[in-house]
Amino acid sequence: MSDRLLVGTRKGLFDIRRSAGGWGIHKVSFLGDPVSAVARDPLSGAIYAALALGHFGVKLWMTADDGNTWLERPAPAFPPKPDGLEDPHPWTVHSVWTLETGGVPGRLWAGTISGGLFRSDDAGGSWNFVKSLWDRPERREWFGGGADHPGIHSLCVDPRFSDRVVLGVSCGGVWSTSDSGETWRLGGKGIYAEFMPPERRDDPRIQDVHRIVQCHAAPETLWCQHHNGVFKSDDRGMNWREITAIKPSKFGFAVAVHPTDPRSAWFVPAVKDECRVPVDGKLVVARTRDGGESFDVISSGLPEGPAYDLIYRHALTVDESGRRLAMGSTTGGVWLSEDGGDNWMALHARLPPIACLRFATETA
Amino acid sequence: MPKVQFTGQLQRFMAVPMAEAEGATVRAVLDNVLRDNARLRGYVLDEQGALRKHMTVFVNGRMLTDRAGLSDAVAPGDEVYVLQALSGG
Repeated sequence: MSDRLLVGTRKGLFDIRRSAGGWGIHKVSFLGDPVSAVARDPLSGAIYAALALGHFGVKLWMTADDGNTWLERPAPAFPPKPDGLEDPHPWTVHSVWTLETGGVPGRLWAGTISGGLFRSDDAGGSWNFVKSLWDRPERREWFGGGADHPGIHSLCVDPRFSDRVVLGVSCGGVWSTSDSGETWRLGGKGIYAEFMPPERRDDPRIQDVHRIVQCHAAPETLWCQHHNGVFKSDDRGMNWREITAIKPSKFGFAVAVHPTDPRSAWFVPAVKDECRVPVDGKLVVARTRDGGESFDVISSGLPEGPAYDLIYRHALTVDESGRRLAMGSTTGGVWLSEDGGDNWMALHARLPPIACLRFATETA
Repeated sequence: MPKVQFTGQLQRFMAVPMAEAEGATVRAVLDNVLRDNARLRGYVLDEQGALRKHMTVFVNGRMLTDRAGLSDAVAPGDEVYVLQALSGG
């Protein structure tokens, strides 16, 4: 099981480790700066942190020595926008929303707001703008959900074939490539958007997939927390079916799937779109072990309430064992489970608002 | 020659000494100052060359008006200040 958790917050990156005395803060990097994404490359041990500085823009830092020293790397950036081109979305990176390592040495993917996808093949030394996705006509139909502009938040790199990637866009649906981004297919059949006009309800180009995760050992299976429900795919994102048994509500942002059991997944529901807090002021985790046929609602070790913690889409995670989980909230709480989510314990600290967290050895 | 001074907050990240550079507009002056410093350029301007949203420039105490084109005039002897705007949180 992983004894190390990296937590990206509104005001710094917290390196939290488990010792004989329990879980505690081992180190803080970038104190005061917003950390929007973090990734650790299992092949090299390098850790990458993306910052969204309020004044100075998007930055990317890398450490090869577990955070003792950080080096600034070039941040993903759009090419110059052609003169006179009309585009509904800005050609500027507002934030790196997700970072994923690519399964081959040096490869790194960055999903951004305002919808640009970038790939590095030299450990963040340089970035390739994935023009093939940006140039798809459907991209002009994307729009922001919560953020001012659309953003790529989920990147599922197939652990068997690193050229195969599925990504999720809010609001722009589910896309997949089998050739490292040369060409793209729009998936998402079966997902629907209740909030859209009826004729656009099933339009795969505008779906607000809040988060998509894949099962490491069975990567044909994807789970999705969508704006208006939970969906599951068994063909890597082309076709989906709704999971209606989710409780206590179907709205939320976060989902995690067991690394070896594609039938087991965890969610942290909130009331609904227009009321993004836990149902009845009680923070709970919903877990299925049977592919979404039924759910346990787990509160052991979580605040009895009143608690108004919201768990963002990158702030629920599971390690490579499937036993250890962690989540962090908008009000700075961190909870850990060491028994597959049956029981949780609070980290003895109040952190800044949490954007993302992940175990140092988790599988994606 | 116009003088250019950057916000002291940038000293957290890199050395930014006061500079002098030719140019009749803010764009020309900054291009000259930042030509060999891509890292500093990325802290002040976005990838399309516009002033970052929460940055601002003053020329002899007057705030820049053309944030995308940086076409505001600069005269020899002017002082150009590159500052962060105040933001909350």
